[in-house]
Amino acid sequence: MTIKLPIYMDYHATTPVDPRVLEVMVPYFTTHFGNAASRNHPFGWEAEEAVEKARKQIADLIGANAKEIVFTSGATESDNLAIKGVAEMYREKGNHIITCVTEHKAVIDTCKRLEKDGYRVTYLSVQKDGLIRLDELRNAITDKTILITIMTANNEIGVMQPIAQIGAIAKEKGVLFHTDAVQAVGKVPFNVNDLKVDMASISAHKMYGPKGVGALYVRRRNPRVLLAPIIDGGGHERGMRSGTLNVPGIVGFGKAAELCKQEMAVEGERLRKLRDRLDDRLHKGLDEIYINGSTEHRLPHNLNISFAYVEGESLLMGINDVAVSSGSACTSASLEPSYVLKALGAGDDLAHSSIRFGLGRWSTDEEVDYVADKLINVVTRLREMSPLYELAKEGVDLSTMQWQTD
Amino acid sequence: MAYSSKVIDHYENPRNVGSMPKTDPNVGTGLVGAPECGDVMKLQVKVNPETGVIDDAKFKTFGCGSAIASSSLATEWLKGKTVDEALAIKNTDIVTELSLPPVKIHCSVLAEDAIKAAITDYKKKQQATAGKSVEERAPQPTV
Ligand SMILES: Cc1ncc(COP(=O)(O)O)c(C=O)c1O
Ligand code: FES
Repeated sequence: MTIKLPIYMDYHATTPVDPRVLEVMVPYFTTHFGNAASRNHPFGWEAEEAVEKARKQIADLIGANAKEIVFTSGATESDNLAIKGVAEMYREKGNHIITCVTEHKAVIDTCKRLEKDGYRVTYLSVQKDGLIRLDELRNAITDKTILITIMTANNEIGVMQPIAQIGAIAKEKGVLFHTDAVQAVGKVPFNVNDLKVDMASISAHKMYGPKGVGALYVRRRNPRVLLAPIIDGGGHERGMRSGTLNVPGIVGFGKAAELCKQEMAVEGERLRKLRDRLDDRLHKGLDEIYINGSTEHRLPHNLNISFAYVEGESLLMGINDVAVSSGSACTSASLEPSYVLKALGAGDDLAHSSIRFGLGRWSTDEEVDYVADKLINVVTRLREMSPLYELAKEGVDLSTMQWQTD
Repeated sequence: MAYSSKVIDHYENPRNVGSMPKTDPNVGTGLVGAPECGDVMKLQVKVNPETGVIDDAKFKTFGCGSAIASSSLATEWLKGKTVDEALAIKNTDIVTELSLPPVKIHCSVLAEDAIKAAITDYKKKQQATAGKSVEERAPQPTV
């Protein structure tokens, strides 16, 4: 079997729209173009019906009630709405929010903005495996705490936080719990009631749906969560998110959710085997490579590896027919290497040597083998060229060396 | 990031990768950068003590493709130059030759620093063998 180049192995960044998803979307651009808020004619009714069907499909995927799904423009907006919405609505009750250092920027930067407005935010650290410590979370909660926001699965290292335990602690303490579930929903089982989640952000383009559409799950019972809107207008989505609904996008999102639900068990296992195959081959071909984050609490389709003594950007250049991401960013060019990898405390040099592989629906054995072989070649070649590799082979401890920087 | 064809050529066919013995009195070694910043460059020159001409130059680089290309190019340019001519190589010459974009200028600065560090090391060794103190020092790297 011949493989088509370039190979896409960056499924955490985005996914292609599944042709079965696209097919159901198309009529909603042309013949069924109505505004779902038009109450007076069949064009509107038809659009509304399609939106409600999608709402149900998405709710079914996460064990929610359709009324608890609020459509947004994507997970960035969902994260903003959950955090800012709770902050404003519950200000009387308290001003303290708990999150974690490895969250997506959509959460971290939203929290940072709230800090400027007088809120207090605790950023929980993570252990070497990327997991937060539940006792630290427990100790951080005060009578002023109004929200805990901890992601389900990390977008760089695929590490899955103990969401059910966090949910139980939040419930016990009477604090609302939001989770950015973008990378997990549709890939691994996720049920808002089992996990005791009060709000969850999801995004269509990470699960074979279109870009620019997402949702926030907002619990309606036990407790009923109230959110102040961040976008004002016509009062769509029960007043929580005004703006004409993206009907074709939502229809695609719904279909994507339905397909994920049907195929998750089989697909998850397939990808786990594929991921392990990639990992095995790399470990057989190379020494001194390190997996970043827990291997146990991890998405089945994620692999994040540091190739010691080789810089990530030069590594990507050597595998330019493979689409992956690197956590490296030269500090001299005023870019920071991945804050997620730095938070694991592995040392900045390893952050500079990391590659994230994200497998997905169209990944194959042949692609994995091609990528592994190519990487082994390039890493070997670059190590021949690496002064760090040479020093390490001479027995020099790189961490105790004096480097010439200012 | 799109790379210029010259950067790609140096990346794929780096010139003069390797090492020379650090203890050789005619070899000057420069090691600049730091792993936590994502760039470390080692550049070595071997000088003919009779003529003061650089006979050989070698490099090893941990860094982006532009850093690899800058150091590879530097070793090409160094061969056949006198020590003083070598000190006249400017990072801007490297930027022009490799068509480096603004974010990659410091990669060339690193190469210039590595040249200066290697030559300084060579001069230090020469003065040490001649029993003199170090009179001249290259400027500290600015990265
Ligand atoms: C964990 C996580 N949260 C939020 C987002 C943002 O999602 P969207 O692109 O839908 O705004 C992403 C995607 O990059 C993500 O990976
Ligand atoms: S060495 Fe920093 S970007 Fe090239």
